[in-house]
Amino acid sequence: MTSAITENPEATKPPSGPQHKGHHPWWIYFTFCTDHKVIGIQYLVTTFIFYLIGGALATVVRAELATPASDLVSRELYNQLFTVHATVMIFLWIVPAGTGAFANFLLPLQVGARDMAFPKLNAVAFWMVPPAGVLLIGSFLIEAPGSGWTSYPPLSLVNNQTGELIWILSVLLLGTSSILGAVNFGTTIIKMRMPGLSFNQMPLFCWSMLAASALVLISTPVLAGALILLSFDLVVGTNFFNPAGGGEPVVYQHMFWFYSHPAVYIMILPVFGMISEILPVHARKPIFGYLAIAYSSLTISFLGLIVWAHHMFTSGTPSWLRMFFMVATMIIAVPTGIKVFSWVATLWGGKISLNSAMLFAMGFLSMFVIGGLSGVMVASVPFDIHVHDTYFIVAHLHYVLFGGSVFGLYAGIYHWFPKMTGRMMNETLGRIHFTLTLIGFNLCFMPMHWLGLQGMPRRVAEYDPQFATVNLVCSIGSFLLAISTLPFLYNAIHAWIAGPKASGNPWNALGLEWQTTSPPPIENWEGDPPLVEDSYAYGSKPGKKSVTALKGSDLWKTPV
Amino acid sequence: MQGSTVDTSESSKVMVTAESQAHGHDDHEEHPDFRIFGMILFLIAEGMIFLGLFAAYLTFRSVNAIPADQIPERELLLPGINTILLVASSFLIHPAEDAIKENDVKAVRKWFGLAAVLGVIFIFGQGYEYSQLTFGLRDSLFASTFYILTGFHGLHVMLGLGAIFSVLWRSRKPGHYTSESHFGIAAAELYWHFVDVVWIVLFLLLYIL
Repeated sequence: MTSAITENPEATKPPSGPQHKGHHPWWIYFTFCTDHKVIGIQYLVTTFIFYLIGGALATVVRAELATPASDLVSRELYNQLFTVHATVMIFLWIVPAGTGAFANFLLPLQVGARDMAFPKLNAVAFWMVPPAGVLLIGSFLIEAPGSGWTSYPPLSLVNNQTGELIWILSVLLLGTSSILGAVNFGTTIIKMRMPGLSFNQMPLFCWSMLAASALVLISTPVLAGALILLSFDLVVGTNFFNPAGGGEPVVYQHMFWFYSHPAVYIMILPVFGMISEILPVHARKPIFGYLAIAYSSLTISFLGLIVWAHHMFTSGTPSWLRMFFMVATMIIAVPTGIKVFSWVATLWGGKISLNSAMLFAMGFLSMFVIGGLSGVMVASVPFDIHVHDTYFIVAHLHYVLFGGSVFGLYAGIYHWFPKMTGRMMNETLGRIHFTLTLIGFNLCFMPMHWLGLQGMPRRVAEYDPQFATVNLVCSIGSFLLAISTLPFLYNAIHAWIAGPKASGNPWNALGLEWQTTSPPPIENWEGDPPLVEDSYAYGSKPGKKSVTALKGSDLWKTPV
Repeated sequence: MQGSTVDTSESSKVMVTAESQAHGHDDHEEHPDFRIFGMILFLIAEGMIFLGLFAAYLTFRSVNAIPADQIPERELLLPGINTILLVASSFLIHPAEDAIKENDVKAVRKWFGLAAVLGVIFIFGQGYEYSQLTFGLRDSLFASTFYILTGFHGLHVMLGLGAIFSVLWRSRKPGHYTSESHFGIAAAELYWHFVDVVWIVLFLLLYIL
């Protein structure tokens, strides 16, 4: 592989200025540290532990569903298991892993800053996550919430009230952490770019984090408002959402989904950005349609704010409102499609190396498209009324959140692991991990489409015996999925301790974060960071072609 | 356009300050003060909580109409006076930022003190109004929403007062706030304006509508 770095004279310029060497001792990861790299890794490890816990809960759920009767756990416990599973996966794994871990580690490196805009606030935001997680998972010792992660009243007002209150406290804490993080990311991206780095030269991950941070700032507070009202209903006995006392539960649903639909984009936008970074590196080609990908993130973020009621087609929503939300939802497929086509075009004619990062990125691409297509299906009102609250929805959301976000997060871990730890992961184990994950995932969730179309309702511990065989297949898939994390865990831990040393730039990448040592020194660069004017200029001659000026016809001129 | 070029634009100060302060610090270095920018982003989020609660209130009132007999008559005089007080305090706190730009800490303390007096009167006025009301928190959907909105706003007024008092306390020390460095003053003022604007919307929705 030719070194693309030499084509960018700025990138190879030897560092000048004062030298700041030094790395943190290992125990720094257990302290209130303000270094964005430490915080990023703290986020990643913490959220991955929560991911394992959420996965264990899911395995119990699937074990229960292996047979039609509720023989393994009681119905009450089953409700608590899937409630905590969903809350952990969303609020303690995907959201903080995408917007916390990777954004913290990468943003300052990508914009050429020494740290985030507000390092102390950053550490405060992180240290809200572990207590919130312990609170939520510890609720099993007292009484776990059992009304689903949506906590719809009036059910949530009468069912497991103590658990419900713990759930509210935990989510409020995580929401606050998320908002403080977004304040930091927004300021860092807008204000802390190094001299000469214009918006249209920023890595695409910065663009997607800008879009995701805007969503966090605008939508998360509304969830906080809803949860404050819900807790008053629970504790004080007001009747905001209690129809028995003249309240209106649908208002809760509106407020909840005004956050929780954008939350889907908060979970997927950072991953979009990571995929846009990973594909060009391992396909040795410039990203196709830089500006289209950048601006489609902003479009998704805007459209994401005006589609929430498509979760409420069966909540007595009037027809004219359904029509609006149906059309708006389908329009989101356009900017998303722009991204998908741009990624495929990036791969087209590239010198693709099928390493673990690339495999997971391509896995993301194919699985996410399936989730996107079923998303357009459930956006249409007549179809949605048929499959609402069935396993079709479970299948759809897992293709988006697991096939999309989690595959993307794994791709990100394999891609940036050398930069974070200074060690290389084992490729063979990585490929085994990918194969097991892909098979287990599809075995687990693909049949659920059929189950949903046949009318199997979700969130029930017992089901009609006619679904027994297919459910057993799903359960076997989920066990495979659980086993698939073992090679990854071994690989990551072993590589971190004793893996081969990684050079500063093991992938020969052009991005600014690769133009320093692995792991980067405390001040990120020894001396000034170099200016990378075009971080996707793989295979192109310097000064000849800018990524932002690429045309469709360039697609067929395969660069070397 | 080179990373190492030092010019006078704002962003390049990042680099200059970075290098001049990095020595002898284990911690990360200083960069230009973006705290007001971050504060504005945070206030967007704060504003969205109120917007969400306002939207809930409007939905309760319009789509799922609160029965007319459940909406008690509200006295306008006291909240009207309160509104005037709060708006006036916003005008009173504003000259402080001009004053600190001239390094006139004494004037800052005067304007902040006046705003704080009006803010405290507002809180007591609100408390007095609560004591005179004929309905309680749980009496009806309207009553609950009324108390939540005014109470949540009152909490923000108290936070704003806390910020104002902390500026008054810290400004005793000469040189704590200077024409160059006065984030505390700017932030407290910005927050106070925010609390004021929220109140105006809240007043229109709860008392006039």
